Amino acid sequence: MRNKQHHGGRGRFENNGGIELEDVEKVFTLRRRTGVLRRSREEVRAVDGISFTVAPGEMVGYIGPNGAGKSTTIKMLTGILAPSGGRLRVAGIDPARERIRLAHHIGVVYGQRTTLWWDLPLRDSYTLVRRLYRVPARRFHRNLDRCVELLDLGALMDTPVRQLSLGQRVRGDIAAALLHDPAILYLDEPTIGLDAVSKVKVRGFLQDINAEHNTTVLLTTHDLTDIEQLCRRVMVIDHGRLVYDGTLDGLHTLGESERTLIVDFERVLPPVTVPGARTVKTDGPRQWLAIPADASAAPVVAAVAAHHPLVDLSIREPDVEDVIAAMYARLPRG
Amino acid sequence: MLPGVMRLYVAVAVSTFRRYTAYRAATAAGVFTNIVFGFIVAYAYMALWHERPNLGGYGREQALTFVWISQALAAAMALLGGGFQEELQERIRTGEIAIDLSRPVDMQLWWLACDLGRAVFHLLSRGVVPLAVGALAFRLALPQSPLMWLAFLLSALLGAVVSFALRYLVALSSFWLLDGAGVNMVNGLLTMFFSGMLLPLTVFPGAFGETARLLPWAAVLQTPADVLLGRHHGSGLGRALLFQAGWVLVLLSAGRAMQLRATQRTVVQGG
Repeated sequence: MRNKQHHGGRGRFENNGGIELEDVEKVFTLRRRTGVLRRSREEVRAVDGISFTVAPGEMVGYIGPNGAGKSTTIKMLTGILAPSGGRLRVAGIDPARERIRLAHHIGVVYGQRTTLWWDLPLRDSYTLVRRLYRVPARRFHRNLDRCVELLDLGALMDTPVRQLSLGQRVRGDIAAALLHDPAILYLDEPTIGLDAVSKVKVRGFLQDINAEHNTTVLLTTHDLTDIEQLCRRVMVIDHGRLVYDGTLDGLHTLGESERTLIVDFERVLPPVTVPGARTVKTDGPRQWLAIPADASAAPVVAAVAAHHPLVDLSIREPDVEDVIAAMYARLPRG
Repeated sequence: MLPGVMRLYVAVAVSTFRRYTAYRAATAAGVFTNIVFGFIVAYAYMALWHERPNLGGYGREQALTFVWISQALAAAMALLGGGFQEELQERIRTGEIAIDLSRPVDMQLWWLACDLGRAVFHLLSRGVVPLAVGALAFRLALPQSPLMWLAFLLSALLGAVVSFALRYLVALSSFWLLDGAGVNMVNGLLTMFFSGMLLPLTVFPGAFGETARLLPWAAVLQTPADVLLGRHHGSGLGRALLFQAGWVLVLLSAGRAMQLRATQRTVVQGG
């Protein structure tokens, strides 16, 4: 069994599920053609001095716009990329030095790629995973049964991966990443392209795993709802630097971000006035109301429904990009 | 009981074997192609050996046997393309190699196990059937002794590993080149000629012939074929197998060195 909340020792999280980064940098050198034979070299600082610590059992969101350095960070955390500078420890291991030893402690899920084998049924993929990680038979079957039940994979076990839908495939991938009881789980856009039902299922499962096994989870996503429901802590990276590390509410406050309430009335109405919201747009009987993202939508919905003939409504969460853009508007860059 | 590591690679080979069984139409088409080519080349060789009996030290029956062994091993040794390297190149190009690298497994042994699983499948499907058809249609010089067949299988296994090791180097070049089409073409040409697929390497005279017979491609087809034809016996057989084993050692080591460099400088494609 892994130690829970073990502190002390040289690194704080020696041999358990913690992640430590100290001034980590990754610089890529790009060669560009500037003439027939001339090349110019250009340095790109994909990760530009990042420090953070994730305690064992923590679930942390790691967000940022495209090209911010999220994937580069994950690749360094799995040992695929060696950092150009700084110090990095995952479960007490230097990833780039001991990639293969580290692999036994981590699970990785890429929403846009599969770790399963295209032509093989799920069942055979899992047998290979078992051999790969040398999971003892009893533990393997216990973990697999649990994943199959909670992720609803029972009917899919004999289906080749190429015939699975995206949602089914991602669920299959999550199971594959957990069969060897990793202390740390990296999830790179695990809910991208999933329908609402699949998203709920995946999130619920991750919560269960974290609660039961104290699995550390680092999650990159564009869907703030993932973070809202899974992570108390969120880190924002942009241009290779950590620009925010705190609660999601704090991020919303900082970014003055707004959720949008889309309301359909029975007939065309003048812009409604409700306390706690402002109408930003109208189009026939449909109106768009903005609510601060850290406030509850319930009183606004109640107020609208009480005074106006309501047909339908829906809520749109703010995008990561919007929140970060708004945050910049307020935050002087350092 | 096999140790854990062996069981992993056996499982990998078995699963690749099973992957290939899924494509039955492709396999049937492949068998058909090998048979048709076998006939075409067989008649060409008959014409050639009629004009030049004992060319390259082969009699007519031996030359025809060489044709059908070439066809039988063509798919297994990936002499005309196919095999793992296109898949590996694609994974390097798209960045999916990142997934392979986050597994607790040695990349070279992993792909070797994959390719051997495929080779066994191709030997059983695209090897056995064309050879049987060839043996029915022509008088071939196939050995009677089971020991000779065993020696042939051992030599074929070594040849398959040499073939893998060569293609592994080709595939890994994608880490630097990004587009493998050029290297694949050059490798395809070299393989087709220097393995003996076009003409047995024994027919080439002088220093060129000597050199061609020492190159690694010779270990892929020429050597196993000559073992089956009984041209190596006693210590000669030992030397032939050592020649193959030597190339296995050299090429696998080169692959390891290249793999180390590649993963150290890995620039995984795609975000």
